[in-house]
Amino acid sequence: MIPPAFDYASPTTVNEALALLGQNPDAKILAGGHSLLPMMKFRLASPALLVDINKVDGLAYIKEEGGWLKIGAMTRESEVDRSALVKQKYPLLADTARVIADPIVRNWATVGGNLAHADPANDHPATMLAYGARLVAAGPGGTREIAIGDFFVGPFTTPLEHNEILTEIRIPAHKAGDGGAYLKIERKVGDYATAAVAVQINVDSKGRCMSAGIGLTNVGLTPIRTAKAAGLLVGSSLDDATVKAAANAAAEAAEPSADNRGSEDYKRSLVRTLTTRALKTAVERAKAG
Amino acid sequence: MSTHHIKLTINGQAAEADVPARTLLVHFIRDTLSLTGTHIGCDTTSCGACTVLINGRPTKSCTLLAVQADGAEITTVEGLAQGGQLHAIQEGFHQCHGLQCGFCTPGMMLSSVALLKENPSPSEDEIRWGLSGNLCRCTGYVNIVKAVQYAAEKMQA
Repeated sequence: MIPPAFDYASPTTVNEALALLGQNPDAKILAGGHSLLPMMKFRLASPALLVDINKVDGLAYIKEEGGWLKIGAMTRESEVDRSALVKQKYPLLADTARVIADPIVRNWATVGGNLAHADPANDHPATMLAYGARLVAAGPGGTREIAIGDFFVGPFTTPLEHNEILTEIRIPAHKAGDGGAYLKIERKVGDYATAAVAVQINVDSKGRCMSAGIGLTNVGLTPIRTAKAAGLLVGSSLDDATVKAAANAAAEAAEPSADNRGSEDYKRSLVRTLTTRALKTAVERAKAG
Repeated sequence: MSTHHIKLTINGQAAEADVPARTLLVHFIRDTLSLTGTHIGCDTTSCGACTVLINGRPTKSCTLLAVQADGAEITTVEGLAQGGQLHAIQEGFHQCHGLQCGFCTPGMMLSSVALLKENPSPSEDEIRWGLSGNLCRCTGYVNIVKAVQYAAEKMQA
């Protein structure tokens, strides 16, 4: 399949890319391209211009700075997967990067693209919801920050303007007592999640839960953050009864639809089980450091 | 539609051409450069039959534009054998019966080469994980894993 005809530009700076977007209302940003190009082949997208940002310098990095883990939007999933820093301190993110698509796709797929595409089946959205991440977007008037909770406004829809580019993802820097996990059930490598759950918690020295975030993948029209489930955990000792109640609340927050991956009940049941298991792993990791 | 002049290196040879923006890399490799060892399977980024190495990293060439490969170093299956000698991975697939129909084999071998470069003695699990973006529909994976183990041993010897 060959995509419909389009013009192509390969700017080397964010400003050049922004100017191209500003001049062309029917332009699309080409990041990793592993969602966009298949969509173009299927004629689900037919932009007049592709603004390829792969040659823009300075958009691929993973670093801790000023209380944040900062990830450049063009950072490849394979780079996240290989990062010693991520492995050591951000296990929820490490879990996530490892199960996105397949190893070949991860050589091109980007963290920013996974978020900006806002596919409810993508994996980073739930993870970033659990982390309480912030996103930095560059536009003609400078940059602005968007809280992840305000980002997924509808299926494939974000508050990013046509002439804005997502440039950075900020995750609160690791602190003592942090732990997280991402668990995904997929029919096979490369398939979208039947359901997946991201959990990030912080526990104090007595094992009390100080904060919690839970995000759900592919069980609704958008990625879902379950404030109720997370709220049940905070202040608790993460005992079995509380974990069970939170897992039930997460399953209730899911709004899955039946498809060839399973029924609504099955997917809710998966959310319940995955939340329980992810919390168990998150607690172990939090206590280990 | 815009047309672009691209220059790249493929299997150590320089190549250049004018390509329309929408030309996929796999079509450029097969149709313009006549290197038909790179196969088109699913055409939807799933099967890995079209895998080539771009600057050493496995890439599904059905999901990249040729213009995006401007300046890149590409290795296709034709670039594995050197001086009439099979690459260790090719020998492994041959010796261990790692293929029946052979359709997935070029992609499998290129992913394997990249895997072995990063991890010269992978465990069976690591091989299966490393090749999980390449699908085989006839041989099954047991002999493919053996072929990679054969190559790993040979390359370390």
